[in-house]
Amino acid sequence: MNSPAIPLIDIRGLTHSYLPGTPLETKSLCGIDLQVHAGETVGIIGPTGSGKSTLLQHMNGLLQPQQGEVHVNGLSLADPSVDMRLIRQRVGLVFQNPEDQLFERYAGDDVAYGPRNLGLPADQVRERVRLAMEMVGLPFAYKDRLIAELSHGQKRRLALAGVLALEPQVLLLDEPTAGLDPQGRRELLQVLRQWRAKAGRAMVLASHNMEDIAELATRVYVLVAGRIAFHGSPRDLFAHYEMLVQHSLAVPAATEVMHALRQYGYPVPTDVLSMEEAVNEIKGLLHVQTN
Amino acid sequence: MIRAEEPLIRVEGLHYTYQAGTPKPIPALRGIDLTVQAGEYVAVIGANGSGKSTLLRHFNALLLPTAGNVWVTKWNTRDTVHLRDIRSTVTMVFQVPDDQIVASVVEEDVAFGPENLGVPEDELHQRVDWALAAVGLTELRHRASRLLSSGQKQRLAIAAALAMQPRCLVLDEATAMLDPAGQTQVRKILHQLHQDGMTIISATHNMAEAVQAQRVVVLSEGRIAIQGDPRFVFAQEETLHALQLDVPYPTRMARMLATVIRDFPTDVLTVTELAEAISMHLGQPLELRPKPTTGVR
Ligand SMILES: Nc1ncnc2c1ncn2[C@@H]1O[C@H](COP(=O)(O)OP(=O)(O)OP(=O)(O)O)[C@@H](O)[C@H]1O
Ligand SMILES: Nc1ncnc2c1ncn2[C@@H]1O[C@H](COP(=O)(O)OP(=O)(O)OP(=O)(O)O)[C@@H](O)[C@H]1O
Ligand SMILES: [Mg+2]
Ligand SMILES: [Mg+2]
Repeated sequence: MNSPAIPLIDIRGLTHSYLPGTPLETKSLCGIDLQVHAGETVGIIGPTGSGKSTLLQHMNGLLQPQQGEVHVNGLSLADPSVDMRLIRQRVGLVFQNPEDQLFERYAGDDVAYGPRNLGLPADQVRERVRLAMEMVGLPFAYKDRLIAELSHGQKRRLALAGVLALEPQVLLLDEPTAGLDPQGRRELLQVLRQWRAKAGRAMVLASHNMEDIAELATRVYVLVAGRIAFHGSPRDLFAHYEMLVQHSLAVPAATEVMHALRQYGYPVPTDVLSMEEAVNEIKGLLHVQTN
Repeated sequence: MIRAEEPLIRVEGLHYTYQAGTPKPIPALRGIDLTVQAGEYVAVIGANGSGKSTLLRHFNALLLPTAGNVWVTKWNTRDTVHLRDIRSTVTMVFQVPDDQIVASVVEEDVAFGPENLGVPEDELHQRVDWALAAVGLTELRHRASRLLSSGQKQRLAIAAALAMQPRCLVLDEATAMLDPAGQTQVRKILHQLHQDGMTIISATHNMAEAVQAQRVVVLSEGRIAIQGDPRFVFAQEETLHALQLDVPYPTRMARMLATVIRDFPTDVLTVTELAEAISMHLGQPLELRPKPTTGVR
């Protein structure tokens, strides 16, 4: 097993361009340093086009570093002797767009694809499929549905199920709650909390949803134009209201309410992340003021 | 100003079944009656698979009813003679932008629709410039439209629809992949277009966006479960929960406060309204209230 000092994912000086050497060359990442340790949930936020998806795709070797290094479990992804299949099983990526991920005809086959490839016997494959579909809130009967017959949100759930069925050690999630209905989002957050509770696991979460970040992340990187502009705990991060707004980002609704109250002249703290915390502050405020 | 109420879209007894007539039919819409007036702003919310996209696709004749009828102004969508009229009246922004990109360069993709409508060159340029600026894509106008980030593609899809300047804009979760500023920006554009008289129908999982509409239509298993203005709909928290939905965050916070603070209003919908309700509750106009010298922690 890993010694705790070795990060599950270790990225040093990572730089990447799309279509390098052509007139359409686009610089997407520039000198990224980032580590993910067991037990962490690392949030990645950044404006549209800042490089979040590109960065995630480097973490399981889907994209090869053009400059810099990516290590998974201490193994360099540039090392040709490293078994990439093993890396992709250990580090599972759920794409931003489910259409990029789903390629079987039937929903159940897509979830079963990974476990089958691991050479598991049929009954174990079936069990993993059942479990994964249950985790994402898809009825098991949907395994016999054509993928083309699913709604968009159903496809997103299915894509996640396919990765969960691999039982990876690191889960890379690219906008996992976009397109989910509110209850589905809440259920998913709960499922992810349970998933990560198992020792040795870690998650990386790219999201435009600041509530997701506030609720799940233990550490956050802000990506701006391919560079890391900020790095810290969610509480530190969301205290930087101006910086976030300047970079087309925002604070969670609860924090927003605190800022609005400040503007009205109330002495509330603004380093509040959850609705429960905000409500407690407001209760205190009303109590103090009315006494 | 009094405007004669004219339905822009009229839906009567709409049923839609995927794979009708096969051994495995999938009934997606099961009896929808809905009228959208010209100039109205309607939000459609509902659980995954409740039928939002299926319903929206009937509004510009991408799908035709299995039973029932849909009219766009005076044209029945079954009447293929009017397909062009229908499509130039109602423009749709798809849930998956890749389904919508037609040209290989960003600005050409935005120009494609209006060019097909025969918009003259000068105006075409103006429209493209305006639409690109409106979604913040001006700098990327010469980029390859398929080699963009997800949010950039979604901005492109919206720009292409805006450039059509339709009477009615239908958006299917068109902001799901945008950064927070992008979402606000699009929300402002929709608000402005609505002020200018455009009819807007927007399916969304973002309750903050639904709040901006005049009417919220809640779908459940292919039927309309609730509809009404946002305050009416979002007062029904328990029903919404049962339908996999939720009230906006500020409403939830107000409800939490109301459980411990007597008479605290629960019908707030936005951050601003919540902050106002809290200050109202202190019983003094804010400007007159001296700033407390001690913290509250
Ligand atoms: N396949 C591609 N070919 C060329 N350029 C690309 C490609 N994919 C992304 N890019 C560009 O690389 C940059 C980073 O894109 P990326 O998709 O990583 O951003 P992102 O932060 O995930 O954005 P979003 O929030 O929209 O998902 C953008 O400028 C984008 O236009
Ligand atoms: N092309 C299709 N063929 C067969 N069934 C479909 C097809 N598209 C959707 N369905 C089914 O029809 C029902 C309604 O789907 P629809 O896409 O309209 O839902 P939605 O409300 O837009 O969901 P979401 O929030 O996930 O986008 C679902 O049960 C879905 O599985
Ligand atoms: Mg992305
Ligand atoms: Mg849909």
